[in-house]
Amino acid sequence: MIEAFVLILVIIMLAAALSALLLDNLIAATASASAVSIALATIFIILRAPDVAMTEAVVGTGLSSLILVLGLKRLKLWQLDTQSDNEEVK
Amino acid sequence: MIPDISSILFSGAIGLLVIGVGGLLLSNNAYRVLLALVIAEAGANLMLVIAGYRWDAIAPILTGDFTPQPMVDPVPQAMVLTAIVIGVGVQALALTLIIRVKKAYGTLNMVEIKKRMEMDFDRLSQEANQPGKLEDNS
Repeated sequence: MIEAFVLILVIIMLAAALSALLLDNLIAATASASAVSIALATIFIILRAPDVAMTEAVVGTGLSSLILVLGLKRLKLWQLDTQSDNEEVK
Repeated sequence: MIPDISSILFSGAIGLLVIGVGGLLLSNNAYRVLLALVIAEAGANLMLVIAGYRWDAIAPILTGDFTPQPMVDPVPQAMVLTAIVIGVGVQALALTLIIRVKKAYGTLNMVEIKKRMEMDFDRLSQEANQPGKLEDNS
């Protein structure tokens, strides 16, 4: 039972990690990176490390996503229309 | 049918590390390199916590009674606790460098940034060598 739950969590985590690198939209890629962090926090709870899970959920998911999103706004890449990595934003 | 829990977790950690390092090597956008760094760091943290895990044990900080019981190794957990916080600091530093590069060169393409940085280094070294040559000639 717990193996099936962990298997689903690991699959979600790897899919989010892949989509963080493959999605064209950088906002969605940042959200996928924070989804990796929140799945990792759940796995830490199953691994009997509740302190690490708390820190990962607060710092890894909250503060890291906040920093990345503020940097994205500062880089003037905060836009919802999809574009490729190679095109330049004016 | 479902494999062992430790093999699932190890494959997840190794998969995160492979995806992160592959993204570091293969990405063309500086911001996406930073995202790959975040993912690789998450994989390394998961690998360290699995190293101190045992299935029949309790958490080190949630001991209700004082009878001796096996507990998971708290040392890797403390190290990972530190590594998470340091990792966010490294992310903030990398994001600052990316913002400065974007302000200086106006692009996030890694190939373009490398080309223009090499041009700048060549120009700076020529300017540094030019007065010395003049003094040698005179």
